[in-house]
Amino acid sequence: MYQFEYHRATSVEDALAKLKKASDGKLVAGGMTLIPTMKQRLAQPSDLIDLGGLKDLRGIKVEGGKVVIGAMTRHFDVANSADVKKAIPALAVLAGGIGDPMVRYRGTIGGSIANSDPSADYPAAVLGLGATIKTNKREIAADSYFKGLFETALEAGEMITAVSFPVAKRAGYMKFPQPASRYAMVGVFVADTGSGIRVGVTGAGPCAFRAKDIEAALAKSFTPDAAGTVKIASKGLNSDIHGSAEYRAHLVSVMAKRAVAQALGG
Amino acid sequence: MKVSMTVNGKPASAEVEARTLLVEYLREHLRLTGTHVGCDTTQCGACTVHINGDAVKSCTIFAVQCEGANVLTIEGLAKDGKLHPMQESFKENHGLQCGFCTPGMVMAGIDIRRRHKNPTEETVRHELEGNICRCTGYHNIVKAILTAKM
Amino acid sequence: MAETGIGAAVRRKEDQRFLTGAGNYVDDIARPGQTYACFVRSPHAHARIRSVDTKKAAAAAGVVAVFTGKDVADAKLGSLFCGWMVTDRHGQPMKTTPHPVLAADTVRYVGDHVAVVIGESREAAAAGAELVSVDYQALPAVVSSVAALKSGATQVHKDVPGNLVYDWVLGDQAATETAFKRAAHVTKIDLVNNRLIPNAIEPRASVGDYDRGTDQLTLYTTSQNPHVHRLALSAFIQIAPETKIRVVAPDIGGGFGSKIFIYAEECVVLWAAKKIGRPVKWTADRVEAFQSDAHGRDHVTHAELAMDKDGKFLGFKVSTIANLGAYLSTFSSSVPTYLYGTLLAGQYATPAIFCEVKGVLTHTAPVDAYRGAGRPEATYVVERIVEEAARQLKIDPAELRRRNFIAPSAFPYQTPVALQYDSGNYVGALDKALKVADYAGFARRKAESTKRGKLRGVGFSSYIEACGIAPSQVVGSLGAGVGLYEAAEVRFNATGGVTVFTGSHSHGQGHETTFAQLVGDRLGVPIENIEVVHGDTGRIPFGMGTYGSRSLAVGGSAIDKAMDKIIAKGRKIVAHLMEASEGDIEFKKGMYTVAGTDKKMSLGEVAFAAYVPHKLPTDQIEPGLDETAFYDPKNFTFPFGTHICEVEVDPETGRTSIAKFTAIDDFGHIVNPMIVEGQVHGGIGQGIGQALLEACVYDEKTGQLLTGSMMDYALPRADDVPSYTVGLTTTPCPHNPLGVKGCGEAGAIAAPAAVMNAITDAIGAPLEMPATPARVWAALQKRAAKAA
Repeated sequence: MYQFEYHRATSVEDALAKLKKASDGKLVAGGMTLIPTMKQRLAQPSDLIDLGGLKDLRGIKVEGGKVVIGAMTRHFDVANSADVKKAIPALAVLAGGIGDPMVRYRGTIGGSIANSDPSADYPAAVLGLGATIKTNKREIAADSYFKGLFETALEAGEMITAVSFPVAKRAGYMKFPQPASRYAMVGVFVADTGSGIRVGVTGAGPCAFRAKDIEAALAKSFTPDAAGTVKIASKGLNSDIHGSAEYRAHLVSVMAKRAVAQALGG
Repeated sequence: MKVSMTVNGKPASAEVEARTLLVEYLREHLRLTGTHVGCDTTQCGACTVHINGDAVKSCTIFAVQCEGANVLTIEGLAKDGKLHPMQESFKENHGLQCGFCTPGMVMAGIDIRRRHKNPTEETVRHELEGNICRCTGYHNIVKAILTAKM
Repeated sequence: MAETGIGAAVRRKEDQRFLTGAGNYVDDIARPGQTYACFVRSPHAHARIRSVDTKKAAAAAGVVAVFTGKDVADAKLGSLFCGWMVTDRHGQPMKTTPHPVLAADTVRYVGDHVAVVIGESREAAAAGAELVSVDYQALPAVVSSVAALKSGATQVHKDVPGNLVYDWVLGDQAATETAFKRAAHVTKIDLVNNRLIPNAIEPRASVGDYDRGTDQLTLYTTSQNPHVHRLALSAFIQIAPETKIRVVAPDIGGGFGSKIFIYAEECVVLWAAKKIGRPVKWTADRVEAFQSDAHGRDHVTHAELAMDKDGKFLGFKVSTIANLGAYLSTFSSSVPTYLYGTLLAGQYATPAIFCEVKGVLTHTAPVDAYRGAGRPEATYVVERIVEEAARQLKIDPAELRRRNFIAPSAFPYQTPVALQYDSGNYVGALDKALKVADYAGFARRKAESTKRGKLRGVGFSSYIEACGIAPSQVVGSLGAGVGLYEAAEVRFNATGGVTVFTGSHSHGQGHETTFAQLVGDRLGVPIENIEVVHGDTGRIPFGMGTYGSRSLAVGGSAIDKAMDKIIAKGRKIVAHLMEASEGDIEFKKGMYTVAGTDKKMSLGEVAFAAYVPHKLPTDQIEPGLDETAFYDPKNFTFPFGTHICEVEVDPETGRTSIAKFTAIDDFGHIVNPMIVEGQVHGGIGQGIGQALLEACVYDEKTGQLLTGSMMDYALPRADDVPSYTVGLTTTPCPHNPLGVKGCGEAGAIAAPAAVMNAITDAIGAPLEMPATPARVWAALQKRAAKAA
């Protein structure tokens, strides 16, 4: 691994000040993606600013019909939060299926969403629930957040502080893991928000996206079969040694179908 | 950088480079070589230790991030020469062969049983997602974790 | 049966250290003043090296030394080699490939070794390696064995025309063709045995150390056979005479074959340690393991089975192309020939068999023995085609096997493919498996699965293996460069404890316990007073090591033979001390008795008398009680069994889950049933891995390794496999003193065919391993399209 300067941030402002000062600094939350990348000498940050001490960014609040999760909240905490389980059980299911138990003790929601890994789980929920990404500067709507492979709407000097998920009437999340990495080959988050249906898909494309065809079908009939019979176009979807774009497209329908069943309490 | 933490109940401090991973600190600075490295991608789990009571992969955290932490490794489990019930159960059930993944399996197993008092076989298998064994076909590891007297 | 004797499920002696973090693996070793090696590896599958510039690297902070292919050539280091010379169908010796420990002018696979940088720390070495500038001229690469055989294919080595190392045959071609002419039915099958990467969880590691005072070199290395390493480092790599080299293989974290071979890295660190006068350590990271450990399998096969109208097998022909990689690894040539073709009779009395194998070079990592080595490939061909034939003939697959099994009364049985099976009771294992697996209840379970929208299938694998390799004369006549006996020393200490030195090597198999049981049972010594020592050429008389499920059958028999000598010598001592005739002295469980008297003397007392020989005529009886034996097996051993797998396929996603896995094996006598079960579990786990998950994939165009980490190479995890039901039948091996056969590879040999037969049964469509969800789904789509 290359050398770097290590800093502990004492506040969001302090973190961003240190980041600005660094020639090529990186924020590290749980480090579950960044550290393996650095170990393989694929990243060479000059400075690492550790957000681990920012207790204010940790925690879950349910208020005004929203579940607000601090950026430094660990997957383990979301998966086991009684509040989350009650308000949006599918979100707890999703968090409880990220990586493995050891990863869930370290990985954070902020780190996951800031990275926009094409096969991370949270992006499906962010889109599926129509969450709001809160940063030190502004609030970003889910629909304008994911820009592409490892690309988001975050600007330089901007940092996620929390993610606010509107409580849905009912929701479900199903993922089909890639057999080796266990990341989502396809993950589908389905939500009946009360004011419409949203379907967030991760793993299938270069970044998370909404499956509008399935949303339309579910708006007519919120049933597993309505989702399962939608044929998703494979154009533009990922294709690799683990599965073709056609297979991924097919899995989107199947996972959507199962997510709806879960949402309906099945 | 200087880093201080408690390892297996004893204070330990040392001067380390920022890039020193916790597992490197344990193995090379403290010579606690029971914690192993089996991959580079945070998957095999051979390096699992407990940090403040949580099972964590020590290959994916810097030593300096553990400032002030309480770290427990495989070397710290047996007390006064008596094996921890999870170690005992691995021995009783032949839950290890080459022994390389074993420290991580034992540390993960303890964490699983802390979170699930009476787990099913399916739960244990699912919870072991982050630990890879190439010798046992998992059969006896699962049995060991299920039946450990803890 | 004693609590710790033969047949007891003794808890393992070695576990205490492994469970408390006190194991001693190679990477745990820290020699004073040690340096760290980092290898510069080829990013190309095939390229000419125009130049290597090491100036920047050599000048970098913390870099101690840099060596290139030119340096090892100048030092006249020998080439890595293949130790088994196969003779082709025309009686010509196979082609060989020079393999310098650091590439001279050409690199031939991604990960090939180009240079080594030695640094004060791992980080310094890695940083230095990045500064080595290699000017490559990229060349076209060929990674598939079939493509490599096509005319005009890129040449991997100029001395191997058409990339063909050998075209080898076994069996009677004319008789087989005649049998096919008589056939009422012929079943044909095309199979790919997927290429695997062994992935012992401990990566390979080596520490080279040099003592200037004694001119002694010590290599601590991840080896399954340290004496073979010493021999190779001396005779082939020519680093130093054997007397000046000690090889230590301490606790090793799994091998599965991959740590048998002599690799470039270990040669380089040992040579470099002397060169720089400091210890040199190298530990592979997982990426290096994926790129440069010897891979396994990689066969493409066409097979045909001829039967009469009742499904009796008349003839069998098999044509295989085996990918050997870019260079011939240590035992690579023998795996697809003598460890494969010879097993194609399976458990069946097929009268005529003909097999041809083409061994082919490609721009991929060398391929060599991986758990089972040739025998899984043979079993896969035989058991897939037998099940396919049953389907075509609409005969129950168990029944078709039963009709064709070699009868229990027919042993010893000479197969048409060279081997003479010593013993067997195939129908016994099949019957027990059918019962334990509740085959009769399968239809009911299938109906229940169907109700839940799942496709259920059942598959069999009645395998045979040839273990306990092997009689030295036999393997010598087939081209092996070594004898395959084993050595042991049993040493009583004056105070009664026993130290057993074995040439077998334990890297997970539990020899410290099994061998202690063996010795304790016969010599009447408590197992806690028995120390088993292995893995050190400085302590062990000699050894051929552990692979091919040989440790108990060959290594254990050597220990038994050494015990014969101990007992015989003790008898002499007792005869003298008791003033009795040797012929009247009986020995049982550690006690000598004089027939017809109440005189007795324990072996412990005898040992004391031997080491304090105040009353012995030392001109007739040497002091001491310490005996060495070499045991050369009389034949292979032939474990066999039937495994039955039931799968459930989710037709929506293509995901297969193993619903039930039953293994009935016959390993002859069992010393420690707990350890044997563990070996079977582990083998099945790897077999299921091959069938469902694992595949090494190189890009056909670029030759890049696409499955270069655990992110893309799927290793089985706990939730990919079920709990296994295992059981035994017992047909002792008739030709070794223990009646044992070997159990380490059975699971990996049997399981792939059982799983794939089950999936084929479930989905009614053919597909290749690994049966990933994507492939199963595609096969189902194809079948549906065909039906429509």
